[in-house]
Amino acid sequence: MTAPTLLIRDLRLGFRGYSGLVEVLHGISLHIARGERVALVGESGSGKSVTARIVLGLLQNLKSARISGRIDFEGRDLSRLPERERRALRGTRMSMIFQDPTSSLNPVYTIATQFHEVLKRAAPGLDLVEARRRAVVALADVAIGEPERVLDSYSFQLSGGMNQRVMIAMALANEPSLLIADEPGTALDVTVQAQTLGLMRDLVDKHGTSVLFISHNLGVVREFADRVYVIYKGRIAEQGPTAALFEDPRHPYTRALLSAVPRITGGGIPEIEDASESYFAPLVVHEGFGEPEGVAR
Amino acid sequence: MRRTLAILLRNPLSLLGLVLVGIVVLSALLADFITPFPAHAGAVVDFANFNKAPEWPYIMGTDLVGRDLFTRIVYAYRISLILGVVVLALAVPVGVAIGLLAGYLGGWTEYLLMRLTDVFLSIPPLVLAMSMMGVLEPTLTNGMIAVTAMWWPWYTRLVYNLARSEKEEGYVLAAEIIGASRLHVMFREILPNCVPSIVTKMTLDLGFVILIASSLSFLGLGVQPPTPDLGSMVADGAKYLPDSWWLTVFPGLAILVAVFGFNLVGDALREVLGAEQ
Repeated sequence: MTAPTLLIRDLRLGFRGYSGLVEVLHGISLHIARGERVALVGESGSGKSVTARIVLGLLQNLKSARISGRIDFEGRDLSRLPERERRALRGTRMSMIFQDPTSSLNPVYTIATQFHEVLKRAAPGLDLVEARRRAVVALADVAIGEPERVLDSYSFQLSGGMNQRVMIAMALANEPSLLIADEPGTALDVTVQAQTLGLMRDLVDKHGTSVLFISHNLGVVREFADRVYVIYKGRIAEQGPTAALFEDPRHPYTRALLSAVPRITGGGIPEIEDASESYFAPLVVHEGFGEPEGVAR
Repeated sequence: MRRTLAILLRNPLSLLGLVLVGIVVLSALLADFITPFPAHAGAVVDFANFNKAPEWPYIMGTDLVGRDLFTRIVYAYRISLILGVVVLALAVPVGVAIGLLAGYLGGWTEYLLMRLTDVFLSIPPLVLAMSMMGVLEPTLTNGMIAVTAMWWPWYTRLVYNLARSEKEEGYVLAAEIIGASRLHVMFREILPNCVPSIVTKMTLDLGFVILIASSLSFLGLGVQPPTPDLGSMVADGAKYLPDSWWLTVFPGLAILVAVFGFNLVGDALREVLGAEQ
């Protein structure tokens, strides 16, 4: 059996503050197989985004953060890799897409310059002409009709949807094995969001990229993900294949989350309990979709 | 760049500023050709024509040893501008680099650098420059050192605050995620976004540096005679007011023109570049 692209075991995170240690993650475990699209769903502050940041190694340098647990990326234990090698993985083997594409692009450089910067991560010494040629191909992949014009533009001259496509093209330009999408396109309107998500799904299928999809938008998750982890206050509440989890939500929190989505057919804003003891019920695993055993220690 | 210039030329106030700055810079550059008595910039004595009211060929009158005031004012511009440019060329890179380091790295670096900056800011600028000039010999070079020492903390504060807010922008995180080095993030990602504010402040400051340098020489701590300097010219002439009014009024007006011009341009730049963001 080949190692999964990403394997997280009992990940704990706390922040040391003036009032002692504040625990954010209480031991979460998840895995993403090669080419699999996995969603991590939960409300704001449930620990979705910090999980992504730990995987990328952005929180490890923070003095106040206390992190324990194990993260294997392509079979290698990240915590044992030296900082230099972890840095080398970012932007080449793993990359990320954010909520607001426009602010993720530096307003003082053209798209071409930023593409060059990204491509140089995997191929140092790549010249501008070659970078431009590859960028044109990458932009064509995300259905941008006039790649030359877009390459000479600045981010503020392009629409949000266009910037999102540029971000997707950049994130996949170095053929990463893991793409982390942190609420991609939440800042865009829904039609544009749907288009770019469709594009992203086709592209990751084509390249066989694994995706960790972080979202609170259940409709999007249902269309995009193969498997879902529901996270509540730093604990995984329920995990299983997307269809089964939506058809048959077994954990009280998952049920509340699903009933909280306003229907397009009306019926008012659903009422759900703010914080119920039942939300802390133990993890529910759908049959056959637990965590893989026998991880080499 | 071209667009910025076009906007500046349309607005009457900024146009006036550009014209004044143009006059100051051009006259300083062409001093050897436009002044009637270039030798009067140095130690020349002509007692036959001393203390004359404005009349041809002395359009601004002569000083107490018979030197043409107009000539001396134009040469004083040259020295003021050199001083202003050198001071900013030294103070801005130092201030900007410290501000970037403190703002982006945070932690102990931020604490040490910003407290050091606060120490410099806590001393009134003129007092700091005066005490330095008191210890050092009053020469043009030392004047530049003294003004530079009081000037860089303002750029540190400016860039520190800009860097702190730019650091939260998505593109900084995006750069960190693709594995960019900290130096790259500071100087290639954050700094270019601070440039409009820095340039605007530099334009405004050129006027202030001239004013501070004039204040120092007014107090006898700046450029020494016979080198022409606007501040010391005003100081020397003040004893003979109101009879020999031209001795103070023309150098005073010259300071006004330069400072006013740079301020108008700086204000206009702030509006234009600020609106672009």
